[in-house]
Amino acid sequence: MRVWELYNYWIFILLMMIGFYTIIAKPNLVKKVIGLSLFQTAIFMFFISLGKVEDGTVPVAVSFATAYSNPLPHALILTAIVVSVSTLAVALAIIVNIKDAYGTIEEEEIHKAQED
Amino acid sequence: MPGFILLNDFLLLLLIVTSLVALHTRNLLGAAIVMSLYSFLMSLVWLNLDAVDVAFTEAAVGAGVATVLFIGALVLVGAEEKGRPRIHWPAVLLVGLTAVALAYGTLDMPAIGDPQAPVQTHLAPQYIAQNVRKISASSADPAGHGAAPGATGTQGRASDYFHGHVPNMVTSVIVNYRALDTLFEVAVIFTAGVSLVLLLRGRGAGS
Amino acid sequence: MEDQVILRIVAKLMIPFILVFGFYVIAHGELGPGGGFQGGVVLASAFILYGIVFDAQRMRMILPRGVSDALASAGVILYALTGLYSLFAGYRYLDYSPLKPSDAAIAESWGMTLVEYGVGITVAAVMVTLFNELVEGTVKKG
Repeated sequence: MRVWELYNYWIFILLMMIGFYTIIAKPNLVKKVIGLSLFQTAIFMFFISLGKVEDGTVPVAVSFATAYSNPLPHALILTAIVVSVSTLAVALAIIVNIKDAYGTIEEEEIHKAQED
Repeated sequence: MPGFILLNDFLLLLLIVTSLVALHTRNLLGAAIVMSLYSFLMSLVWLNLDAVDVAFTEAAVGAGVATVLFIGALVLVGAEEKGRPRIHWPAVLLVGLTAVALAYGTLDMPAIGDPQAPVQTHLAPQYIAQNVRKISASSADPAGHGAAPGATGTQGRASDYFHGHVPNMVTSVIVNYRALDTLFEVAVIFTAGVSLVLLLRGRGAGS
Repeated sequence: MEDQVILRIVAKLMIPFILVFGFYVIAHGELGPGGGFQGGVVLASAFILYGIVFDAQRMRMILPRGVSDALASAGVILYALTGLYSLFAGYRYLDYSPLKPSDAAIAESWGMTLVEYGVGITVAAVMVTLFNELVEGTVKKG
C-alpha cells in the first residue's frame, strides 16, 4: 500500500469526519454550523491538493517558471468559499429567529417545545 | 520538496488539534475564535500548495467576516452549550464507516504532486499554454490572438478559449471563460444579503 | 469602545489604507493574486472596523442602509449589463469583444475590469449588510 503517498488524503478524511461528527452528534445548533464549516473547508483542501504539481509554481504567468500548478481547482474553490460564507450567514440568521420563537437553541428542547 | 512536506505536515497536525478543540469545547465564543484560527491555518496550507488566490479569499472571508458573523450571532443567542459532554456512539459508528469507505476510495488515487495525474493532463495544459504564449508574444501582434469571435474554428467554436494577455490564470478562468458562472455566483451573494434583510431587519421594532 | 484611545486612533489611521488596499486588490486582480471577491471583502472590512470600534449607528450615518442595498444591486446589474451590451452588439453574451472591436485582447481586459468592479461592489455592500443585520440587533422584539 502506498502509504507514503496517500497519507495526505487520509488526514483530509479525518478532518472531514471530525466536522461530520460535530454536525450529527452535537445538539446545539451553532455547534452544528461550526461543524458544517469544518466539513466544507476540509473538502476545499482536498480539491486544492489535487491540483498541486511537483516543482510547479503559483498559476500566474511569469517568465522564469517551468511548470504551473493547475488553476482549474482554484477557480472552483474560489466560488465555493464565497458561497459557503453566504450560507453561513443565512444559517446564523435562521438560528437567531429560532431563538426568538422557541427561547432555546438546543435541539432536544426545541423538539419538546414543538410537541407541546 | 522536503521543505514542502515538513511545512505541510506541521500545519496539518495543527489543523487536527484545532478542529478537535472546536468540536470539544462547550464555550461557543471560544469555538468561534478557534474556527478563525482554523481558517487561517487552512489559508497557510493552501499557500503552501501554490493556491494564492484561494488563500487570500479564505483569509479575508473565513478568518475575517465569518468570525464577525459568528460572534455577532452568539451575542444574540447565548454562548454556552448545555448538556453533559457525552460521546454519541451511533454517530461514531456511522462516521467510522464513512471514513473507511472514503479511505478505500482513495487507494486508487494518484500521488499528490504527480505531473502525470489525469487532472493535470486533460484540460489544464491548454489553458496554461494559451496564457503563457500570450504573455511572451508581444501585444503589438494582433494576428496571434486567435480567431475572431464571429468566425468559428473547425470544431464549431473559436480555436482559442480566450484572447487576452492576463497573467493571472485563475482570474482568466473565472471572469472570462466562465463568466456566466461568476455572474450567478454574485447573484448568490446578493441573495444571501436579501435573505438576511428579510429575516432580521425589523426585529427591534416589534412584531 | 470609543473610550479606548489606542483603538480609536489606530482605527482612524488604518481605515484609509484599508480602503486604498481594497481598491488596489480589485484593480490588480488580473496581474496577480486578487480580484473582485477578495477586494470586496477588504473594502467591507474597513467599514466593519469602523462599525465595531465606533458605534454601528455612526457607521450607518456614513453608509446608510438604503445606500448599501442599492450598491449591492448595482454591482450585479453592472455585471449583467456588460454581458447584455455584447449581446445587443451581435456577439455572444458576456463576450467582451465589442467593447473594442479592433483589438480583442484589450477589449477583454476592459471587460474583465468592469466585471471585477461589479463583483467587488456587490460583495462589499453585502458584507456590510450582513454585519449590520447580524451584529447590530441587540434589541429583541417581544
